[in-house]
Amino acid sequence: MLLIRCPYCGERAEVEFSNGGEAHIDRPADPMSLSAEEWAQFLYMRDNPKGLIAERWRHAHGCNRFFNAIRDTRTDRFVVTYEIGQPRPDVTPEQAAEAAR
Amino acid sequence: MFDASSNALTVSRSGFTAKSLGGGRRFALQGRKDTLEGVAKAFGLAEAPAMLQSASAGDCTLLRLAPQELFIIAGEAGLPEAVTTYLGTVPNSLVEVSERQVGWTLEGERLRDTLAALSPLDLRTKSFPVGTATRTLFGKADGMLWRTDENSFHLEVWRSFAPYMVAMMDAAALDASW
Repeated sequence: MLLIRCPYCGERAEVEFSNGGEAHIDRPADPMSLSAEEWAQFLYMRDNPKGLIAERWRHAHGCNRFFNAIRDTRTDRFVVTYEIGQPRPDVTPEQAAEAAR
Repeated sequence: MFDASSNALTVSRSGFTAKSLGGGRRFALQGRKDTLEGVAKAFGLAEAPAMLQSASAGDCTLLRLAPQELFIIAGEAGLPEAVTTYLGTVPNSLVEVSERQVGWTLEGERLRDTLAALSPLDLRTKSFPVGTATRTLFGKADGMLWRTDENSFHLEVWRSFAPYMVAMMDAAALDASW
């Protein structure tokens, strides 16, 4: 079982959380000015990296808040979790190596 | 012994008891930080309880279950007038959930062993001190756990989970008593 650090509640068991997909995807300010391809890009197209990804998570069986997390998709190790609205934090090479371990 | 046909929602094992809570009213209040601080002032408190902490004011207890949420355990009289008056002046969501909640007072020297069978939360006093409250999972049921004393907890779940919780606590207490 993974421990995930909720920015509000601290470390909790994985079963308390639900994944909310890729983070930092902004809804276009003026959808009417977009082409169908650009709109489809926003709606459907997601990165599928082998390595670090920024995701939204929700502490569904706790405080019920969304937050963002950086996770390594190969090892499922979490590097850092941070509040919604904050920019994606920089990951040091040491942190990345630890997450890939 | 647990009797599934009984409506008595209590558990009594050697080293663990869960006594049904009677009466009282419950309110779920959601609002922005300033609103929650204002509510705490209306209750006569200096500030809203910090995240996962609790505070009592008169016969009401305020539990901070989320940054934007206070869960209020009140007596039969409900919320004080100062609080409802204040809430009439600011944006918020106040829902009475008295009928939704059922709860127990948990006690006994096997308390922690019993709860450990239902939840992986670290419930030692140093990491879950008296006054701490949180929502979490007990088995498959959402529950709200509040440490009222060194050796006693207050547990509430949604009403339809009550028979499940009682059966789970009974089985866990039986295991822990060996």
